Amino acid sequence: MSERPQPVIVGAGPAGIRAAEALVAAGLRPLVVDEAPSCGGQIYRQRLAPDERSTRDLYGSEAQKAEALHRDFAALDGKLDYWPQALLWNLRDGRADIMVAGTSRQVAYDGLLLATGATDRILPIPGWTLPGVFTLGGAQIALKSQGCAIGSRSVFLGSGPLLYLVAWQYMKAGAKVAAVLDTAPFAAKFNLLRGLPLFPGIVLRGMRMTAELKLAGVGLHYGVADPRIEGKNAVETIAWRQGGLEHRLACDGIGYGLALRSETQLADLAGCRFAFNQRDRAALPERDAAGRTSVPGVYLAGDGAGIAGADAAERAGERAALALLQDRSLSPDAARAAVLEAELARIGRFREVLEAAFPFPAHWAKDIADSTILCRCEEVTAGEVRAAIGQFGVHELNRLKAVSRIGMGRCQGRVCGSAAAELLAHETSRGIEAVGRLRSQAPIKPVPLTLALAAQQEAAE
Amino acid sequence: MPLLHRITRADHPAISFTLDGVACEGRTGDTVLTAILTQAEHLRLSEFSASPRAGFCQMGACQDCWVVLESGERLRACSTALTAGMRILTRRARAA
Repeated sequence: MSERPQPVIVGAGPAGIRAAEALVAAGLRPLVVDEAPSCGGQIYRQRLAPDERSTRDLYGSEAQKAEALHRDFAALDGKLDYWPQALLWNLRDGRADIMVAGTSRQVAYDGLLLATGATDRILPIPGWTLPGVFTLGGAQIALKSQGCAIGSRSVFLGSGPLLYLVAWQYMKAGAKVAAVLDTAPFAAKFNLLRGLPLFPGIVLRGMRMTAELKLAGVGLHYGVADPRIEGKNAVETIAWRQGGLEHRLACDGIGYGLALRSETQLADLAGCRFAFNQRDRAALPERDAAGRTSVPGVYLAGDGAGIAGADAAERAGERAALALLQDRSLSPDAARAAVLEAELARIGRFREVLEAAFPFPAHWAKDIADSTILCRCEEVTAGEVRAAIGQFGVHELNRLKAVSRIGMGRCQGRVCGSAAAELLAHETSRGIEAVGRLRSQAPIKPVPLTLALAAQQEAAE
Repeated sequence: MPLLHRITRADHPAISFTLDGVACEGRTGDTVLTAILTQAEHLRLSEFSASPRAGFCQMGACQDCWVVLESGERLRACSTALTAGMRILTRRARAA
């Protein structure tokens, strides 16, 4: 009998690392494919070169978790195959096309564990394509990984836990934070009290950060509506309405985001069945409590399958790996699996609290001006999308893509997809769950044409 | 005015590159995006409106930060480490 191909794990963030660890512990040798040059994912991203900051400076209260993940993954060296700076760009017939070190390689896999993570969820606003506007995640990466501030007077805008975390990290690093503009009303924050019995440490830490920002003189504004970014060649001011009053503030850097959205392209290419998730307002690949999908041998873990955060990702990664082992009749530790599932359920309940504390700005689709760019890749405006919806009687997102080019640009809808779905739902007076989801296409990110052709040729031979 | 402001690594070894023909210095540990935006206000001009762009997500998702080298090679600035001798162009409105 020929040896079975190795399992492939996509992503070396908290979920991918814990999955790899569990597979190695059971005697398997997985291949871990990750786009970054070193492990950690976005949340525990490492610097390209060491600098004068400590791990504590970089990761704050999460420093021990970051150190443990980096250390534990390093300890697996020699027991797995690890391809950093590699992009798994296509899946077909049990094979993965992977761009690595300037070439595309085809890898047969037996067991595929997707830990693909998330990016910021964005709803376009006037001026959001101006230089100096970054996502909250991008602003955090600039600081954490590159030791740079996105401006000399930065504003952080949007909602979600990351909003306050990034603002606080900038303040701690000595960067000037001009204001925090929360699109959610202050009253929504009282929901966090419901989270106290579940995770008191997290809630209190959030409160402390907010208090420290306030003490440092950072303006915290709630219920921010109609934000507009202005500037000629780069960000110069931000304007907004609050309680019926107009406000303006000079700034030269803006971090913007409204919680996170899952990276689901590979689950789609793997053939996983999707279902609409009301909490994330997105179609997500279905998974059971263990991380099994509708496709045998394909598993999901971490934020790539629904937003739950880094602590959940670690547990989901390990749990999905145990499922893979069980499906290979390698009898993993059933008690451990039960513990992980219980912890994940508890984090899931906390997610409900966070969602209530940082609610989605439901009025965005009604308010967005026709002149606002919706797709930054190809500069399709909201007005053009509205016109296309009306002219062609569009009800479904892929049809909208075909007639308006929304989601057809280089990012393949990663940035505008959520907004396009919200706008389509609003314009057709239907729920967001009724408009469908953008189908994923290979390559899931741009790859040089020469590489793709070489891979095709290899497949044909 | 540069978009990004260095907080750390000011003393790290310099890496020489050119930006639209002008000699510049980055620092060891820089991505191409950081090296450019600590000197300049944008990375590229949009192919559609020629408006300036300077990246967005910095994590390889939004594809907003592709720049062109004088050799014609294109690279994603946020996920490429700066190397000595890179000759980077930001002024070309249309990608090669």
